[in-house]
Amino acid sequence: MTDQTPHAVVTEPLKAEARNFNFYYGNHHALKNINLPVAERRVTALIGPSGCGKSTLLRSFNRMHDLYPGNRYGGEIRLYPDDVNLVSAEVDPIEIRMRISMVFQKPNPFPKSIFDNVAYGLMVRGERRRSVLEEKVEEALRGAALWDEVKDRLDDLAFNLSGGQQQRLCIARALAADPELILFDEPTSALDPIATASIEELVTEIRDKVTILIVTHNMQQAARISDYTAFMYLGELVEFGRTDELFVRPRKKQTEDYITGRFG
Amino acid sequence: MTSETTPSQQGESYLDRIRAMRRVRNARERLVEGILFLAAFFAVAVTVAIVAILLYEGAVFFRHVSLVEFLTGTQWTPLFENAHYGMLPLLTGTVVTSVIAFVVAAPLGFLIAVFLSEFAPPRVAQVLKPFLELLAGIPTIVYGYFALLFVTPLLQKIIPDLAGFNMLSAGLVIGLMIVPYVASVSEDAMRAVPMALREGSYAMGATRFQTALRVVLPASFSGVMAAFVLGISRAVGETMVVAIAAGQQPNFTFDPREPAATITAYIVQVAMGDLPHGSIGYQSIFAVGLVLVVITLFFNLLGQMLRKRFREVY
Repeated sequence: MTDQTPHAVVTEPLKAEARNFNFYYGNHHALKNINLPVAERRVTALIGPSGCGKSTLLRSFNRMHDLYPGNRYGGEIRLYPDDVNLVSAEVDPIEIRMRISMVFQKPNPFPKSIFDNVAYGLMVRGERRRSVLEEKVEEALRGAALWDEVKDRLDDLAFNLSGGQQQRLCIARALAADPELILFDEPTSALDPIATASIEELVTEIRDKVTILIVTHNMQQAARISDYTAFMYLGELVEFGRTDELFVRPRKKQTEDYITGRFG
Repeated sequence: MTSETTPSQQGESYLDRIRAMRRVRNARERLVEGILFLAAFFAVAVTVAIVAILLYEGAVFFRHVSLVEFLTGTQWTPLFENAHYGMLPLLTGTVVTSVIAFVVAAPLGFLIAVFLSEFAPPRVAQVLKPFLELLAGIPTIVYGYFALLFVTPLLQKIIPDLAGFNMLSAGLVIGLMIVPYVASVSEDAMRAVPMALREGSYAMGATRFQTALRVVLPASFSGVMAAFVLGISRAVGETMVVAIAAGQQPNFTFDPREPAATITAYIVQVAMGDLPHGSIGYQSIFAVGLVLVVITLFFNLLGQMLRKRFREVY
C-alpha cells in the first residue's frame, strides 16, 4: 500500500499549507520537513505529546518566533489566495499578523477595558472612528458569545472577568480584526470543564466564517471539534488525515499508540 | 499483644538520641532566629532613634519659635541680630530644585527604561546598563562641582542674567543624577510585565512601539509612577549638589535663575559650624530636618504603595 500524502487527503480549497517546512531554535532542529495542508473554513487540529513541536509549528504561522533572537525558518508556509510564503524574510511579520490572529494557552487580556481589549486590533490598524469601533466590538463580542454578559460593563477592566470569560474575550479580540485564519494554542488548558465546553462550542460556530488551526493536548477535544487532524511526534508530522478517519483507523503505529493512550 | 514487646534498651537510647538532637536543633534554630531578629530590629531601632532625636531637639526649638511662624514665615535669618525663622524660603529652594530635577529625570529615565526593556537588543542593553550604574555610582560631590563649574558657565551663555550660584543648574544636575535610579526602577516594572501580554499584542499586528505604549506601559503604570515618586524623594533629600551649586542664602523665590538654600543645604551649613551649639539657630536644623524626614517619608511610602500595587496585578 502507498502512504497517502497529507495533500492528497484534502480535496477542498486550502487557506494555507506548510511545504517542506523546517524550524530551528538556534542549532536545534525543532521541526523537520513538515507538510501540512490547512483547509479553508475548516478546523485543523495539531495533536501530539509535549515537546513534539505542535506549538512551535502553530507559532510559525504568525511569525511569533521573530520576537526572539536566534530562531530560523526554512522551507515554506504558503498563505492563500495570494500564495505568499509567510515565513520568507521579505514578508513583514506585522502584515501576516494582521491577517492571522491568535488565541493563547492562558487568557491574556490587556490591562484595559473590555471594549479597548476587543478594539485593540482595529486601533493598532489606525481605526479611530467611534461608530466603526462600537459596531465591530459588538459584532466580535456576539461572535464570541460574550456580548450578553458584558454589554452593560464594556468600560470595566478585563481582569475582572472570569477565566472562561477572559478567554472568550481573547477570542473576540481575535475575531474583531477580521482574520482569515485564527490560531488556537491549547485554548482550554487553563479552563474548567464548563468553560472548556463553551470555548469548544464557540470554535465550531466560528468555523463557518474563518479557518482555524488549533493545538490541543486533549485528543477528545480534537476528535470533537476538528475536521482534520495532524499527529506530530519529535518534530515530525507523523500522520495527517480526516479526523473521523484518523481516530478510527490510524495508519501509523505511533499514532495508534498515542490516541489509544499507550504513550504521551 | 503490646506489653510483651516493650522497647529494648537500644530502642530507648535511640529515642533519647532523637530527643537530644531535637534539643540541639531547636537551640540552634532559636539562636539563628535571634540573630536575624536583632539585625532586623537594628534597622528599626536606628530609624526610631533618629526620629526621636529630631523630635526631642526640635521641641527645644519650638519652645522659642511658634510653629505658625516656622511654617508660614518667609524670612529665614537665623544668623541675624533680629533672627527670623520662617522656613518657606528653604522649602521653595527644595521644591524648585526638586521640580527641575524631576522634569529632567522622569522623561529621560522613563525613555531609557522603555528602550532597555522593549527595544534594546540584549547586547546593547549589556553595554548600556553598566554605564547607567556608573552614572549612579559617581559621588554626589563630583556632581556638585560639575554643576557649579561646568553646567552653570554653559547655561550663562544662554541665560546671561543667570547667577553664579543658581537653582537651575543644581536642579538639572540632580535630575541627571537620579536618571539611572528612575530608569532602573521603571525598567524592573516593565520587565515584570508577562511576556504573554506582549505576545498577545504582537499577535494582533501591533508594532514594538504600539506594544510598549498601549500594553506594557498600562500594565506597569503603577511601577513607573513608583519610580517617579522615589526619584522625587531622592531629589528632595539631595544635599551636596545644592550646597555647592545653588549657593547657601535662603531666598524666598521660585525663580530658578536665583541662588537659594534648600533644607539640606542649610543643615550642612549650620552643622559645619556657623552657629554656636545650643543656640536657637542651631536647634533649628532639627526642626527643618524633621520637615525633610516627613516629606521624604511621605514620598517613600507613596512609592512603596504604588510598587506593591503593580506587583499584585500579576
